[in-house]
Amino acid sequence: MKVLVTVKRVPDPEAKLKVDPEGKGIVTQGLKFVVNPFDEIAIEEGLKMKEKHKAEVVLVSIGKKESTEQLRTGLAMGADRAILVLTDDGADSEVVARILTKVYETEKPDIVLMGKQAVDDDMNQAGQLLAEYLGIPQATFASKVELAADLKSAKVTREVDGGLETVEIQLPAVITADLRLNTPRYASLPGIMKAKTKPLKEIPVAELGVQVKPKVKMLKLEEPPKRKGGIKVETVQELVLKLKNEAKVL
Amino acid sequence: MDFSLTEEQKALQDTARKFAREVMAPVARKHDETGEQPVDVLDKAFELGFLTEGIPVEYGGSGLSRLDAMILTEELGAGCAGMTTSIMATTLGLTPIVIGGTDEQKKLFLTPLTEKRSLVAFCLTEPDAGSDPLASTTTVKKVGNDYVINGIKRFISNGAVSELYTVFATVDKSKGAKGFCALAVPKGTPGLSAGKEEDKLGHRASNTTEVIFEDVKVPANYMLGKEGEGFKIAMATLDRTRPAVAALAVGLARAAMEAAIEYSKMRKQFGMPIGMFQAIQFMIADMGMQIEAARLLTCLSAWLIDQGLKNSLQSSYAKCFASDVAMKATTDAVQIFGGYGYTKEYPVEKYMRDAKLLQIYEGTNEIQRVVIARELLKGI
Repeated sequence: MKVLVTVKRVPDPEAKLKVDPEGKGIVTQGLKFVVNPFDEIAIEEGLKMKEKHKAEVVLVSIGKKESTEQLRTGLAMGADRAILVLTDDGADSEVVARILTKVYETEKPDIVLMGKQAVDDDMNQAGQLLAEYLGIPQATFASKVELAADLKSAKVTREVDGGLETVEIQLPAVITADLRLNTPRYASLPGIMKAKTKPLKEIPVAELGVQVKPKVKMLKLEEPPKRKGGIKVETVQELVLKLKNEAKVL
Repeated sequence: MDFSLTEEQKALQDTARKFAREVMAPVARKHDETGEQPVDVLDKAFELGFLTEGIPVEYGGSGLSRLDAMILTEELGAGCAGMTTSIMATTLGLTPIVIGGTDEQKKLFLTPLTEKRSLVAFCLTEPDAGSDPLASTTTVKKVGNDYVINGIKRFISNGAVSELYTVFATVDKSKGAKGFCALAVPKGTPGLSAGKEEDKLGHRASNTTEVIFEDVKVPANYMLGKEGEGFKIAMATLDRTRPAVAALAVGLARAAMEAAIEYSKMRKQFGMPIGMFQAIQFMIADMGMQIEAARLLTCLSAWLIDQGLKNSLQSSYAKCFASDVAMKATTDAVQIFGGYGYTKEYPVEKYMRDAKLLQIYEGTNEIQRVVIARELLKGI
């Protein structure tokens, strides 16, 4: 059995971010980068499948050479090998899905596990697009995944606005991980040492023959307005008036 | 000179930092108050390979270089000094075997430590032998094919909770250092027991007790090296593990500095954040400088070990300097937090209590200075 897991290099969600002077991106100087937390959950799910069903776990990332760092983290957690599709340009969800279709065609995994979204742009589209382009089933926002004994289908519980929904999908399929799917393991010391020797293949994006021009262009980035202090009101009437006239929520 | 971290070192730092933040720090206050053994933390530390970092790979350990171990220990030190002491003391306890043991002894004693979560205790100090280890009165006597050990050790980290004890005893007090011996004693050996637990100022998550040897009998092949080689093994062990104390100090000082910086940005008096006042700024500037210097000294002392070079002088520099830095940084952090810093609601009073021990254990800073001066004034 083979599982393909996506790994995106994103700024540390715990870091204090600043919009850069041009207003088109964030200041990256001195910034720490990590594996996208939802992708970490996807890696963990892949490792669980490795433990239970002897699946081969293959990681794939798209980006500059620095993304090797995040792939090594995934390898240190226990994945078997990694692929880095090298590109110096950014990739929007469309480009990511197109690139992943090519990787899928070469690797032919039984499941593609992805984080539901990346915490830098929160697009939540690449998984859905990939499934569509490949013509395979998708189960997004997964909070539970159960593979059938014959490994030909999976029951996936999805977190949707109304609650939980369970779907059964044929494999191969795309599954995107939500927060409560699992708790990712730490990379152990022996894991970190072993990661050094695991195969990491770099593929220049030009070799894949995909359309890499992003369709989404970042126009402007601005910080959210500073939180104003709260106020105390004396009566319920005053509260209702304020909610109606000032906050304009009634 | 390449000061950059390798990919593996960055990964090690990340995992250790996450562990300190997510596993150690949330329960640090509780274990500081109750003194209860942080079993979950130690179990997880074992799972991740932290407890076996000092055991070579061929015996089942993580086999970190000493420089790697500094990176790990600094991160753990920022999480909780007491828990880090329990982990570090395990490496300290097993190092005599790494240094003085035969291949057979390493398989016998070290490999089991990699199969099940185990702590180790280094038994050198006695009620009347601290800075002066040769004032030891613990004796070892050859009886047939065994050695029999008698004596009391004091202030032993992991004293009541270890799977293995490395103990130093003399076969003939009149011979001084030439009579000193090192032995390995497994838990459960009849006559081996832990005495009272110390009620300490800091590092309260770490178990510290007396260890009592009453006619403790072990096979002759449990002696590390030959009779009379124990002092050399003890000193070589301390040289090798002293940099870790410095690393712990760097982590502790850093945690105090980070807390002080955050507080200085938030706390307002006289209409502005207190970080705008030079008195606060100068304390923080001093913290920054001293921590960076301590870190570099620590890494140097570890790097020398990895290069196979003598490091006694540098490891004394590092331990003495870094622990003094930690004491100052943590005390200033309490000062910056003011009245709030004096309460248990904020983490800095624990940092200050924890820092004090670093100037005392693993060779007091007074002894470090004696050793340093002796080396520098050689030939006097």
